[in-house]
Amino acid sequence: MSSSTDLGRPVSDRGDTVCVIGAGASGLTAVKNLREHGFGVDCYERETGVGGAWNWRHDRSPVYASTHLISSRPFTQFPDFPMPDDWPDYPHHAQLLSYFERYADHFDLRQHIWFGTEVVRVEPVEGDRWDVTTRSTGGYGPERTSRYAAVVLANGHNWSPKLPRYEGLEQFRGEVMHASSYKDPAQLRGKRVLVVGAGNTGCDIAVEAAQQASHCWHSTRRGYWYAPKYVFGRPADQVNDTLLALRVPLRVRQWLYHWTLRLTVGDLTRFGLPKPDHRVYETHPIANSQLVYYVGHGEITPVSDVARFHDRTVELTDGRQIDPELVVFATGYLPRFEFLEGRVLGDEEGSGRPRLWLNAFAAGHPTLAVVGLVQPDSGIFAISHWQSVLFARLLTLRTSRPERAATFGRKVAAGLGERYSAKVKDSTRHWFEVGHADYLRALQRALYDLEGK
Amino acid sequence: MTAERVRVVRAWEWARPERPARRELLSAVPELEQAKPPLLFVPGFGHGAWAFAEHWLGHAASRGFPAYAVSLRGHGGSEPAPDATLRAYTHDVVQAAAGLPRQAVLVGHGAGARVVTHALARYPARAAVLVAPVLGGWATFGTALRRNPVGTLPAVFGAGLRLNRRQLFSRDLADADARRYVSQLGRASRRAQWQLLTGREPEPAVGRPPVLVLGSPDDRVVPASALTRAARRYASAPLLFPGMGHDLMLDARWREPIDAILDWLDKDPARPLG
Repeated sequence: MSSSTDLGRPVSDRGDTVCVIGAGASGLTAVKNLREHGFGVDCYERETGVGGAWNWRHDRSPVYASTHLISSRPFTQFPDFPMPDDWPDYPHHAQLLSYFERYADHFDLRQHIWFGTEVVRVEPVEGDRWDVTTRSTGGYGPERTSRYAAVVLANGHNWSPKLPRYEGLEQFRGEVMHASSYKDPAQLRGKRVLVVGAGNTGCDIAVEAAQQASHCWHSTRRGYWYAPKYVFGRPADQVNDTLLALRVPLRVRQWLYHWTLRLTVGDLTRFGLPKPDHRVYETHPIANSQLVYYVGHGEITPVSDVARFHDRTVELTDGRQIDPELVVFATGYLPRFEFLEGRVLGDEEGSGRPRLWLNAFAAGHPTLAVVGLVQPDSGIFAISHWQSVLFARLLTLRTSRPERAATFGRKVAAGLGERYSAKVKDSTRHWFEVGHADYLRALQRALYDLEGK
Repeated sequence: MTAERVRVVRAWEWARPERPARRELLSAVPELEQAKPPLLFVPGFGHGAWAFAEHWLGHAASRGFPAYAVSLRGHGGSEPAPDATLRAYTHDVVQAAAGLPRQAVLVGHGAGARVVTHALARYPARAAVLVAPVLGGWATFGTALRRNPVGTLPAVFGAGLRLNRRQLFSRDLADADARRYVSQLGRASRRAQWQLLTGREPEPAVGRPPVLVLGSPDDRVVPASALTRAARRYASAPLLFPGMGHDLMLDARWREPIDAILDWLDKDPARPLG
């Protein structure tokens, strides 16, 4: 069966099939869970392999040679497909890729994925259905439009670099790069390096610069809490979740956290690092045992925020001048849905920030879900898994119990923009920040409500 | 009905992950790959992967199914684990299943079936088969006490649960074989034995696998009523093989139950609705 669009191009009707955009971690789990609930799935992937951001062969992949997990294994794996128990607590990115490849093979997902195909346009059409226009990656070949019963957006949010604007950056004669193009410590060897940003990536690169570069400055906007990856001989997040399991209230957890850091990491202002202007859990957590170590060895010089660039030097907000040869901006990424009108995701002003419920559901579009658009203080894949399970159940109930699906739709409209974390500092970095326990509890509640249990 | 709800938050399990233990995994793989799902056999308490390697693995492979059997920690060739819990056993099964190349069918025997029901909440099996399942509870204990007081009573005080020949095999099995099998029996940990009675009900299965229950009405460990109850839990009726003992995979007529399992899988059972 086929109809045609306004442009006269034919539309092939894919019936009850669901379209999944992206075959990274979130896309794969969406395909698997939709299949498990009996749906046909067409998944479009612009690259030629699975794994998305974790596949270092992909040109949009942000991983660098030394990328390791920040959250430990139990928090990172899919809840129904554990990583091998002989893997380390914090596996390497190559292990992650092999994990996703095994996941795809184990559940026989590749047959549903169209590799080397990118999505150009996603448009809502009547009956809550969607027209998805695709073409070969790179723009070769004709465009093709297919009509789907539902769409899952799993195109990731860590591939479009966010570059802050600095006065004089154009006239700076040194080398400038975003962390997304940092791949290997050889790029730093023997150079005077300035690393901007104290995310987990910024801290990793600062540590590698400490080992490889001739000098390393690390510029941060504010003071942060640098949590070690191990406390009391166990992965720090497992210790933290022991408190969550005991339902210790936030204030007490913050106090215990501060106390633990004081005992283990110590007072960082002694090293010239600024005192944090916030409590823990109010910014995205940084887990890095080595940063403080290298600061203490004089291999990293912590400096304040960058004020402006001159042709050979960089001026800092405290008036100091430094002369790096290479500046690495570890300033993060912004989400991009260039194939979709912002309004669909509730972004009326075009700020690029979607307004969703559970970071996944848009008002007025009951057959649309965004999967994996979260920045948890823990692993992301379990969240993607449960988001896609919830969406699959919702789609099932749309036919079997339409009144339940309608109630869910009202809840989406009422709950847009809900947060699932402690109060966080205002920054694009925290647009999607969620506390994993708060978020998963909210999702669990939504699942029970939907099923009337 | 809390037990019927899927669990999203497992803070304790994340905070205290199970320690890995070296696992024995025996296998028999068909020479030509035939697009049939792999089977993972899970032996019950006291048994190891050897119990399936005897007949069933080879037979399943000869019918085109890649067949694997895992020994729970502390059993067979796996690492000793005197303090293992049911959760540790479940961990072993889920790890073994996720380690197979394709989505697996879990086949649990005896108390191994209980372990499989726990594993089903943590791994979306393609299907599950419960062979003479000991799903636990006090009724099982009562039966065991009545049928084999000498072997059961010491277990209450922490000794190993001893199963005798008459419980495990029919009279058709040759004496020498029966003696050989009984001599290979080990024991489960004390904690796991107790958890079989007092432990938590399994959570609902993920991935809606079809479930087959089979056993023998003449089983001296699992009474026929327990079989019916187990099958009813999965909305079906048990397949019965009269005249066989508890160890259907080792008894003289071992071929009948495994053929029934493979036939059931060959007709590709549908996922239950819901």
